[in-house]
Amino acid sequence: MTQRIAIVENILSANDEMAQKNLSVLDAAGVYAINIMASPGAGKTSVILKTLEALHGRLRMGVIEGDLATSIDAEKAAAAGLPAVQINTGGECHLDAVMIARALPSLPLADLDLVLVENVGNLVCPANFKIGVHSNILIASIPEGDDKPYKYPGMYRGVQALIVNKIDLLPYVPFDMEYFRGGVEALNPGLVTFPVSAKTGEGMGEWADWLVGKVKSK
Amino acid sequence: MHELAVTQSILDIALKNAEKVSAKRITGINLVIGRLASVVDDSIQFYWDILSDGTIAKGAQLNFTRMRTEMCCLDCGNIFTPGEDTFACPVCEGNRVRVSQGDELRIESIDVE
Repeated sequence: MTQRIAIVENILSANDEMAQKNLSVLDAAGVYAINIMASPGAGKTSVILKTLEALHGRLRMGVIEGDLATSIDAEKAAAAGLPAVQINTGGECHLDAVMIARALPSLPLADLDLVLVENVGNLVCPANFKIGVHSNILIASIPEGDDKPYKYPGMYRGVQALIVNKIDLLPYVPFDMEYFRGGVEALNPGLVTFPVSAKTGEGMGEWADWLVGKVKSK
Repeated sequence: MHELAVTQSILDIALKNAEKVSAKRITGINLVIGRLASVVDDSIQFYWDILSDGTIAKGAQLNFTRMRTEMCCLDCGNIFTPGEDTFACPVCEGNRVRVSQGDELRIESIDVE
């Protein structure tokens, strides 16, 4: 005889629980962590490197590198004297909480203020998977086009800050900022947004100050 | 391809709950998935057939209740499904809107024998 059993559980609850554990580990060590997500080519790596540069001497930082294409960047961060861990995602399209749980012991958390996690370049999959950080950050970029909030709405829903990179290209690329921001506002009301150019450095100061504020007020 | 991880989680939750009632077989899985969760039914079904093989959930019917993305207009109260490239309210054309449905990604129940 068939029997129906009510469950009503978030499908990714096991991942969510692991994410919560990661957060506890970070909190116990007094570390603030951010998850940086974006499409491939939006400039995650450039923004991270500029952020490390801007915050050098102000915060003690570490990096968890999850992007498929950028093992070289973990080496770059390490070369700059920063503790860095490369996650081998084995071709996965997103990071999940278990991968972060495995990576955290490789960082000297007691000596850090901020951990930056670079997620896999992808505008769909990472949105569903909490990894256990204090802020999820999305980097959009001007050449991607102003329609991305409309095409990839899920990605804009769960983030706590938005960086709009490559604003130095605004004179050369059709990009209706009002249209873009309208979509963002519908999906994530009041989302704090930083228009920046990792190339010229414009706007990076405001972003860095916001991050310092978050870390200090933790 | 995150559907692989999603499917594995569905199977884990279903098996865990079936075990609680000492079920012999899982015949159905009832899922509620919102459009904003960006999960493709066909991919879940594809991975399901592979992952459930050799478990008591093999052959279980996956029932998808898809939830459309719905938005609510803050100006006129209209509830609507947004267009492809606009979120504006189709009634008053206002842009002050909020998502009211579409984030769902849950397993509602399972059918067991």
